[in-house]
Amino acid sequence: MAAAPNLLHSETLDHKRYFFTHLGLTDRLLERCLGEALSAGGEFADLYFEAVTSMSLGMDEGIVKTAAQGISVGCGIRVLSGERTGFAYTDDLSPERLLKAARTAALIANGPQTQRVQGFTETKTPSLYPVAGAAADAEVGAKLKLIERANKAARDFDPRITQVRASINDELRRILIAASDGTFASDTQPLARLNVSVIAKDAVNTARGTSGGGGRVTLDFFTGEKSPEHFAREAARTAILQLGAIAAPAGEMEVVLGPGWPGVLLHEAVGHGLEADFNRKKTSAFAGLIGQQVASSKVTVVDNGTMPGRRGSLNVDDEGNATQETVLIEKGILRGYLSDKLSSRLMNMPNTGSGRRESYQAIPMPRMTNTYMLNGEDLPSDIIKSVKRGLYAVNFGGGQVDITSGKFVFTASEAYLIEDGVVTAPVKGATLIGNGPEALKYVSMVGNDLALDEGIGTCGKAGQSVPVGVGMPTTKLDRMTVGGTGH
Amino acid sequence: MAITTEAHSADLLLLAEEAVERALSLGATDAEAVAIESEEFGVNVRLGQVEQLTESGSRAIGLRVFFADDAGSRTASTSTSDLSQQGLTHIIESAVALARVTGPDPFAGLPERESFGSNDPFAQHLYFNDVDAIPAAERIEMARRCEAAALSFDTRIQNSSGADFDASSSRRIMVNSRGFSGEYRRSYCGFSVTPIAQDASGAMQRDFWYSSARTAKLLDSPEVVGRIAAERTLRRLGARRVATQRCPVVFPAETARGLMGNLLAAADGDSIYRNASMFSGKLGEQVAGDNITMIDDGTMVFDHALADGTSIRVGGFGTAPFDGDGLPTRRTVVIERGVLKSLMLNTYTARKLSMQSTGKASRGLAGAPGIGGGNYFLEPGAATPEQIIADIPNGLYVLQTMGHGVNLVTGDYSVGASGLWIENGELAYPVEQITIAGNLKDIFRNVVAIGNDLEFRGSGAVPTVRVEGMTIAGS
Repeated sequence: MAAAPNLLHSETLDHKRYFFTHLGLTDRLLERCLGEALSAGGEFADLYFEAVTSMSLGMDEGIVKTAAQGISVGCGIRVLSGERTGFAYTDDLSPERLLKAARTAALIANGPQTQRVQGFTETKTPSLYPVAGAAADAEVGAKLKLIERANKAARDFDPRITQVRASINDELRRILIAASDGTFASDTQPLARLNVSVIAKDAVNTARGTSGGGGRVTLDFFTGEKSPEHFAREAARTAILQLGAIAAPAGEMEVVLGPGWPGVLLHEAVGHGLEADFNRKKTSAFAGLIGQQVASSKVTVVDNGTMPGRRGSLNVDDEGNATQETVLIEKGILRGYLSDKLSSRLMNMPNTGSGRRESYQAIPMPRMTNTYMLNGEDLPSDIIKSVKRGLYAVNFGGGQVDITSGKFVFTASEAYLIEDGVVTAPVKGATLIGNGPEALKYVSMVGNDLALDEGIGTCGKAGQSVPVGVGMPTTKLDRMTVGGTGH
Repeated sequence: MAITTEAHSADLLLLAEEAVERALSLGATDAEAVAIESEEFGVNVRLGQVEQLTESGSRAIGLRVFFADDAGSRTASTSTSDLSQQGLTHIIESAVALARVTGPDPFAGLPERESFGSNDPFAQHLYFNDVDAIPAAERIEMARRCEAAALSFDTRIQNSSGADFDASSSRRIMVNSRGFSGEYRRSYCGFSVTPIAQDASGAMQRDFWYSSARTAKLLDSPEVVGRIAAERTLRRLGARRVATQRCPVVFPAETARGLMGNLLAAADGDSIYRNASMFSGKLGEQVAGDNITMIDDGTMVFDHALADGTSIRVGGFGTAPFDGDGLPTRRTVVIERGVLKSLMLNTYTARKLSMQSTGKASRGLAGAPGIGGGNYFLEPGAATPEQIIADIPNGLYVLQTMGHGVNLVTGDYSVGASGLWIENGELAYPVEQITIAGNLKDIFRNVVAIGNDLEFRGSGAVPTVRVEGMTIAGS
């Protein structure tokens, strides 16, 4: 362990070096840009440099049909003045263009310069994920083998699988953040995802199935337990299952959520409502509820950006702060919000390192990382047994929330009836709806089988998409509305 | 990757042409380049103060290359925001290298030479320079006035998520090795406001309203937009739940657009050839009631009367001279009196189905073209929205749907909803935290009334529709 600090230091240097050697940045240029950004009286300014290389390979109908590569380089410059944010970006990193963008952002303030640029202090970053070498050109052959294996495994699963699409998408994002308060941070963030999508057809019905996973990982992740075959069989199994699904029930009933991806419930029901910007503006149904009971005492929910290799994890957030584990709900009591620099300053509360942005073209805001519920003490089998008539939902598509009214939905993609304590027939996809500040009060049993999702989540807010993770143990809600058509 | 200012003086069209020529010189049998340049302005005003102000521009180029032999074409695509010579060289060499790892696909490739074409972009009236000319102070003032009108409308509105004003203009160029070269510019401006209302119980609701146009001349008054947003928000206060039941469901224009837009999504050639649509194999068959006619038209130009008595011709939000394959856009009757007449096809999906493209290719910077329509609309009926609800004793008027519970493979439909409850033919009280569910195959056959209130506020327009036989799940 003694060698660890050195290792971290050298990697920190490596993240930064790319921008200085390949993109021509210098300390002097960063200081000049920040000085220009503060020239009209702004209180704070930051520069966010980003260089992303992404690649997508897809196999479809047994042919490698898709191969695409993209490069995006640019800088976003932000100036804060009270509650005001001025912002400009440029995809041309020449000093002239950077200084012009800084002048544009500066104009949010209106007066003489009052703040000076502080000397930079480099944020020490952990190493939550592997740093791949150059953009993964050399690995194209290995990626093709992965999607070929997925294609074969899905087709071999069952003759009723008629269409298979397998793809692998990965990117390497390099960022460098320099701010007038002395913040200086850099990071290199890998992200990979393998996806399988199938169509199953029998004499009567057609159904789809999808599966996928990954994280901030290198390709060797897919050589272990999370193999292409794992995802392919999962997609095929779901599609075959749906061929025989009956109508989902309609109305309020007991609902048991399986472990893992059903944690999207937490993301929608409470996560967004606890982002500090909505609470600063008092537009969230959770505004003013800190210290109050918002869930049953069996519920503890955290947001944790420090889990190694996870899709939602970050060594530093997009404002250069270290990420952390933040307790949102502790034994049912609302404990805190997710904040960034602006909201923590205006609300006089700790910065939780939750400032994230989709790209250099977007303004950062408080976002989730990996959001999950901690284990309880119940056995999953006891939870099922306790239900007389209800729904057992083990996989979901997306969800959505109206943070002002608190109403949220999430759509089950694999669910079953529970009748007299036994899981019975599979049902068709159905949307579940609830009220955020109330829904978790009906949690009556929490399992001991916490799992995180496979690494597929993308969260959208104000037009910006960022990768996230969710998770939960098997959980029983005594009341939830299920939007089916049956009885 | 050195970044210089050189690229800003080089013309984008020349860069695109150079990319195509250099790809061919490296052995590609065909190549196609897209270049995009855009200017963007955005301001958010909240409680009277500017909260965010963004002003920027960006440029990028995307390339597709093909290597054809007897077995078919291998193809790859690359894109970059680095327009320096090094950046250009990188995407050309990467595309050529990547194409080698793909498999030959007999259906891949550019369209046939004789099918290319473009409508006259100037006759489509897509670009108005008055959008760029509005001073920033005036843009901010319009957002401020819009929010102020909402905040002063009623004492129950004391807060807001703010008002936005956005303006943008973009230029799009496409060239390929089969002789196609096209270019057009488009402008856009618009503003919106999202007020928040609170009742005595402390419960909050939000809604919004907006105005958007290709020219500032056609924007609504900020005060009118603010007032409508306030009214839309206030009518949601005090929402309750209703019991699980089956009843008539009325979708006004704002939510009918999403519901009936599924007709075009199910006619998407990509899903059709994969048997991944409920309309697969149904061309020429009755897939909806005989009152349903749905049209996609990428060529629409509207005549708008102005306050001074003159009129102005303006292209629709979904109008463009050519599609993502370089084929002229066109008008396509997709559903005619309930019969699936045409599909939404690009060149690739048309070849897979042994048909002709219907000019619906959509092309971003990266990747092969997908399917995307132009402007679309459901042919209106004769009834007013009031007449449509007049004989409903108990039913739901849907103000908002939530979630993604639409399965176009099976037609299964289940979404969250909030709205107004219809009692004895009138909008009686707000409801929320309910779902509506059914199957689209039935829903499209059970549209028993279509309104006369067709209005284009975006690229798609659908009048009020009334659907029978859906299930509402509530308390």
